[in-house]
Amino acid sequence: MTMTPETLKNEPRHLRRMTIIWVVLAVAADLLFWFLVGPHVPPGRMTTTAKNNQEAFNILLVIAIPVLIGVWVYLGYSIKAWGIKRNDVESVGGDEARSNHNAQVSWIVITSVVVLFLAGFGSVELWSDNGSGGGEGPNPVWSPPGAIVAETAALKGTSTWAPGSNKVLVVQVIGQQWKFSYRYPAFGGMETTRLILPANTTIAFNVTSLDVIHSFWAYQLSVKADANPQLNNVAYTKTGQQGDFVVRCSELCGIWHGSMYNYGKVLSQSGFMQWATQTEAHNAANTKLLPPFAWTYVPDANGASGGFYPDGNVTPYTNSQLYGAKTPAS
Amino acid sequence: MFAFYLTPGIPGGVVDFTHSQSPGQPVDLTVQTVGSIGYGAHPTYVTYMVKDPSGRWLHSTAWKLPANTVIHMTVLQYDSGSPLRNQQWGQVSGVTGNEASLNGSSFGVYDSNSGNGVGHTFTVPGLGISVPLVGVPSSATNICGVAPCAPSYVHNTITFSFKTPKTAGNFSWQCFVPCALGWLYGNGGPMSTQGYMGGYLDVVA
Repeated sequence: MTMTPETLKNEPRHLRRMTIIWVVLAVAADLLFWFLVGPHVPPGRMTTTAKNNQEAFNILLVIAIPVLIGVWVYLGYSIKAWGIKRNDVESVGGDEARSNHNAQVSWIVITSVVVLFLAGFGSVELWSDNGSGGGEGPNPVWSPPGAIVAETAALKGTSTWAPGSNKVLVVQVIGQQWKFSYRYPAFGGMETTRLILPANTTIAFNVTSLDVIHSFWAYQLSVKADANPQLNNVAYTKTGQQGDFVVRCSELCGIWHGSMYNYGKVLSQSGFMQWATQTEAHNAANTKLLPPFAWTYVPDANGASGGFYPDGNVTPYTNSQLYGAKTPAS
Repeated sequence: MFAFYLTPGIPGGVVDFTHSQSPGQPVDLTVQTVGSIGYGAHPTYVTYMVKDPSGRWLHSTAWKLPANTVIHMTVLQYDSGSPLRNQQWGQVSGVTGNEASLNGSSFGVYDSNSGNGVGHTFTVPGLGISVPLVGVPSSATNICGVAPCAPSYVHNTITFSFKTPKTAGNFSWQCFVPCALGWLYGNGGPMSTQGYMGGYLDVVA
């Protein structure tokens, strides 16, 4: 069917129809998503970063859903209104195939605005949430108040923490094939194989590895940072709710990678303090044998059998070789 | 069920200890660690061996154990040791009393920078179990090089007990000493091949 000025004049206002359908469906879908699905979207709301990441994810979807519905409405409406009927002759070219300048400009402008808004929104979220729980490398661009003081104290061996102190708790995460272990400089530098944290406390995770690259992923805490040998990768979060969380390695690291996970807990501050002091006392004999707390460790220098000795036989070791780039406090 | 599918991939298959004693009675599990297995596809690989309920030494690291049962474990450690890469594994944990016995003397922590160091560990991360296996003197003249090793070779005897969980499950275990000599970071070769320095505890209810 060829469009003539007469037939065009009698055509219904398709754009208005499509817009009305789109607005109704998009608003309904957004409301349903926001109130029914949104609160259950991973990673939950256990920490500030988890809560912020959940909100950011929900906002992204609230923006994406109307775009998706817009495409579907357009396709559906087009098929219904302009689809070839049985025995119709399919028209090729002509007026029906001409471009629509307004539609093209609108599409480019709208999608550009959405993308630029999301880029700005993502940057603000990253900045306002101190890296959103992602590893920021050894020199974080964003640090929460008190983090630098706490980390300096950890390195000097003067770190302390107590319930209600409002101090940042420094926790070192050490990846090794195939387990994460954790050091608490505020509790004598003790090392544990369980990650226990106090509620309502800012945590500074300092993540490193003794061998290959691992990735520390505390899922419900919404913290994820690569564990690189001889590099300190710092990530921040603030705990909120008490409860259990799971830690997984998210970097394929060898035969037992699939077993490289463990469960952690966020306890009340007093509960954490009780656990930490008991564990510190229980582990005291072994803690004395650990190397001084440092941001990184050079495992080869410890002389473990089968270690990879790039220089053949490096003894005696310098502090740099023993402890990495940062000299220990003592 | 899991062990059924696992069996084909593990040298020696799964060794069943669920019928080796009366229900509820402790299970005796005896293993040995050898610096080189001395035969097979990888004769130079360091390995664990296990004594099956009939007393035969088998090359297997997948063991079926009854749930909610005390396991009395004896490790005959025929390999030499060294300082640990992470002294954390020098601490005994997750076993009865958090102590193990080394040649009859109990210990809770072993300083791997002293004595003969630690040759291997028996560690089950999912159960919180870890025991350092103290090495034999590397200067000894009668170090075993072909498995299974006879008691006449120099060795340490490490014993400890643990209780399996009440419910069934499959728990990986491994050595946390990077003992694969000559491999990158000591964790390739036998540390990365099924049936040598790691395996599974297949706990069945």
